[in-house]
Amino acid sequence: MVQTMNNTMGFPILSVLIFLPLAGAALILLMNRANDKAIRMVSLFVSIATFIVSLPLFTVFDKTTHLMQFVERYEWIPSLNMSYYLGLDGISVLFVLLSTLVTILCVLISWESVRTKTKEFFISLLVMEGAMIGVFCSLDFMLFYIFWEAMLIPMYLLIGVWGGPNRVYAAVKFFLYTLVGSVLMLVGIIVLYFYAGRTFDILELMTKAYPYKMQLMLFWAFFAAFAVKVPMFPVHTWLPDAHTEAPTAGSVILAAVLIKMGAYGFLRFSMPLLPDASRAMTPVMLTLSVIAIIYGGIICLAQTDLKRLIAYSSVSHMGFVTLGIFALNTQGVEGGILQMLNHGVVTGALFLSVGVIYDRTHTRVIADYGGVASVMPIYASFFMVFTFASVGLPATNGFIGEFLILLGGFKANQLAGVLAASGIIIGAGYMLWLYQRVFFMETNAKVAGLQDMNMRELITLLPMVVLVFWIGIYPNVFLSFMHPSVQHLLERVNGGAAPTVAANIVTQILR
Amino acid sequence: MPIAMPNLAPVMPEIAMTFLAIVLLMADLVIRQKDTLGLISIISTGIVLYLVLGSAGETFSGMFVSDGYSTFFKLIFLANLILTVLISSRYLQTMRINFGEYYALTMFATLGMMLMASAADIIVLYLGLELMALSTYVLAGFIRYDIRSNEAAIKYLLLGAFASAILLYGTSMIYGLTGTTNLKGIAAYIMNNNIAGNPVLMLSMIFFAVAFSFKIAAVPFHMWAPDAYEGAPTPITAFMSVGPKAAGFAVLGRVFLTAFASARADWAMVLIPIAILTMAVGNIVALSQTNIKRMLAYSSIAHAGYMLLGVIVGTPTGLSSVLNYMLIYAFMNVGAFAVVIMLRSEGFAGDNISDYEGLAKTHPSAAALMLIFMFSLTGIPPMAGFMGKFYLFMSAINAGYTSLVIVAVLFSAISAYFYLRIVMLMYMKEPKESVELNTSPALGLALAMTAAAVILIGVLPGKVLALAQMAVASF
Repeated sequence: MVQTMNNTMGFPILSVLIFLPLAGAALILLMNRANDKAIRMVSLFVSIATFIVSLPLFTVFDKTTHLMQFVERYEWIPSLNMSYYLGLDGISVLFVLLSTLVTILCVLISWESVRTKTKEFFISLLVMEGAMIGVFCSLDFMLFYIFWEAMLIPMYLLIGVWGGPNRVYAAVKFFLYTLVGSVLMLVGIIVLYFYAGRTFDILELMTKAYPYKMQLMLFWAFFAAFAVKVPMFPVHTWLPDAHTEAPTAGSVILAAVLIKMGAYGFLRFSMPLLPDASRAMTPVMLTLSVIAIIYGGIICLAQTDLKRLIAYSSVSHMGFVTLGIFALNTQGVEGGILQMLNHGVVTGALFLSVGVIYDRTHTRVIADYGGVASVMPIYASFFMVFTFASVGLPATNGFIGEFLILLGGFKANQLAGVLAASGIIIGAGYMLWLYQRVFFMETNAKVAGLQDMNMRELITLLPMVVLVFWIGIYPNVFLSFMHPSVQHLLERVNGGAAPTVAANIVTQILR
Repeated sequence: MPIAMPNLAPVMPEIAMTFLAIVLLMADLVIRQKDTLGLISIISTGIVLYLVLGSAGETFSGMFVSDGYSTFFKLIFLANLILTVLISSRYLQTMRINFGEYYALTMFATLGMMLMASAADIIVLYLGLELMALSTYVLAGFIRYDIRSNEAAIKYLLLGAFASAILLYGTSMIYGLTGTTNLKGIAAYIMNNNIAGNPVLMLSMIFFAVAFSFKIAAVPFHMWAPDAYEGAPTPITAFMSVGPKAAGFAVLGRVFLTAFASARADWAMVLIPIAILTMAVGNIVALSQTNIKRMLAYSSIAHAGYMLLGVIVGTPTGLSSVLNYMLIYAFMNVGAFAVVIMLRSEGFAGDNISDYEGLAKTHPSAAALMLIFMFSLTGIPPMAGFMGKFYLFMSAINAGYTSLVIVAVLFSAISAYFYLRIVMLMYMKEPKESVELNTSPALGLALAMTAAAVILIGVLPGKVLALAQMAVASF
């Protein structure tokens, strides 16, 4: 069965995307650390170059097929049948674009705020970018795992070196949580490898059927890794700490890309590889998702820290994503993927915005703010757009995603749908209340006389505003990427396993 | 009766090593500049390395064998020797213990290890083990004026003597039972007479396991390791944490997979609890250490626990994963010790973990190297340590030890905490006092070699893996 398409680009675009940032990091490594400015310029240049290289993914991508595109494959460790195997389909392509875009914004937002160890900061950031892109492109399970784990190193440093007062605790907690989950997944991967006849090739693994009991064990092994990353209730507790203590760029990468990888893992691995277990575990997953939505939302109401509030809102929003994914129907899954993108854009933008004002006031306490709208009107309007998108107002991207998810959720389980919908109301509550406390009311002395956003900050936030409305008003551009891939995935999950095997036999005979 | 001259070709590297070590000892009398001796020993090692690659076959009526397995281990020993010499010279000057015997003793110790790896007979094994052990005892106590170094040597000697005695006791029992000390002969006797469950055989197997556990510092026979590692001169700590451990694994693998192959189920039952305990104690006790040499001692105990998995598996694949891991471990561990050595300068011990605070600010490249080694020891890709663990776990899962692997991965996640603490102190704390780096070109070369190896093997492990797999083809 053909599962891939040849790379029509004429050059190995995915490898270039992975290694361009790494090469940039190597270049910075060789530079003089005293020359901060040059280091920043190089990282900006490299991140923009990577973004430009990634643009053809958006234009050239064939939206009519679920097959893997831009495929590259080289032998890596022949004795273990491991290969350097890259490719993209409709589920992963948008996240590569998101990663390349977000990195530019991270470089821009850190332009002035990172003062110490600038060299190490931008090396970490660029290594991070390479690893993130690698995670989304890998079609070899071990290659995926290596990128997935390798990401921990720069992220640990980003949080721990350039973060807030409690950064060391947050960094260690982040590292240990993710590591424990990941190593369990590693055991699962190896078990799968031997059962499937010694292969790490994801596409090949997907063509096999696994006994139900084994699927269940593997499901939980993978769950350990992916649920921590999402993060799902009850393993979400690292996220508020990491988000809050990380520097702005770190929070943005965490929110926009890193925690998407958990949900991506469910879509790419758990569901197609373990369809029976995924179906059987749907009630558990839906329950955990609904708890995350409501519990995360309610906790937000009690937060006094700006970043912590947004962090907990991530728990709630990612609850929507997992709800949609495990609704196991077209609307739910497509909504889930779109919402992953949306959350990346919106929460990323919110953290960027917080970074903008934090650079001026150096406080994250909500009570220290008030009346910002009269001091920084441009900033206030940007923030309002993101607030509305986070709440899910129609015409913003949040609306489309949540609507699709709720549609899918209702079809899968009415109670889950109803409860999740109440999460939207809570969401409106905490976000609007936050906006009110920060931007309206009496002008706090601490914010009086602040400069409004400068050009650099404006440019940083502008792409996000464009995306909020673009996805909100004409979502089909983005949804059309995923239709065939999602259909293919759902066929596999919803009892598609048997027909695939049958189809295999038929094609074999016809040959 | 004319006695036929035995075929000396397979044993040529050992003969050369003996000769060169003696030459070095003589040269010490005339050469004042002790660094020259280091250079001579590196050149000698290079010659032996060349001979090792060319030697193969059996000799001395099957008492000595040079095969892929022994060759792979000898490569580890010789790499370890070269790295040790490179990281030693400046340290010896700083500590004012720059004596020529040092280099000769490391060569003799390595010679013992080489004999162990090639031993196809328990008598040869014992000879090699004693040569290695006696040389290492002296090296551990090489800082004569330092009471901790003396303590290290005495402790190591006493407990090592116990281990040797136990090994001999086991040997005598197995000789009484089978009438031979030849490993293949023992295997054949057990097979032919079908005595796999024999209590005497079991007891002698347990004795062998205990004796070898001493050498690889497996729990509960690890007591000597932290004190010996802490007290010994740091380059010797690096040397001890790799060489004797590798040699211990070499004989463990050879004896248990050759002589006791048919009783695998029995000795696996002995080794499994040892492996679990070793991982648990090594990793958990390392969490609370304040001295980096002690921490690395416990870390090396934990790594022995992981490697035991490969032996328990008992297949050539399992063994090849041990070989692979041992090689990777040699580079990352010696690398880490090399950084520790750099921090030592006159009047400043530099082996407290708190001395690493803010190192990234004062000495960014030293900190970056330490970061590489720490992440490699944790087993985070793309460092080589990950590949070692991955292949080890793979072979264990393939043999059906999935639950054992789950235990191992959880302990290795715990280990992240103490390795990361070093990274955390270096990168996330402000420097308290300025730490001077005591570096030399040789040390820099050793660091460059180990760091390059850790990253290269991590990214492209195929070649080393293939070598390790070839090495066990004889089993």
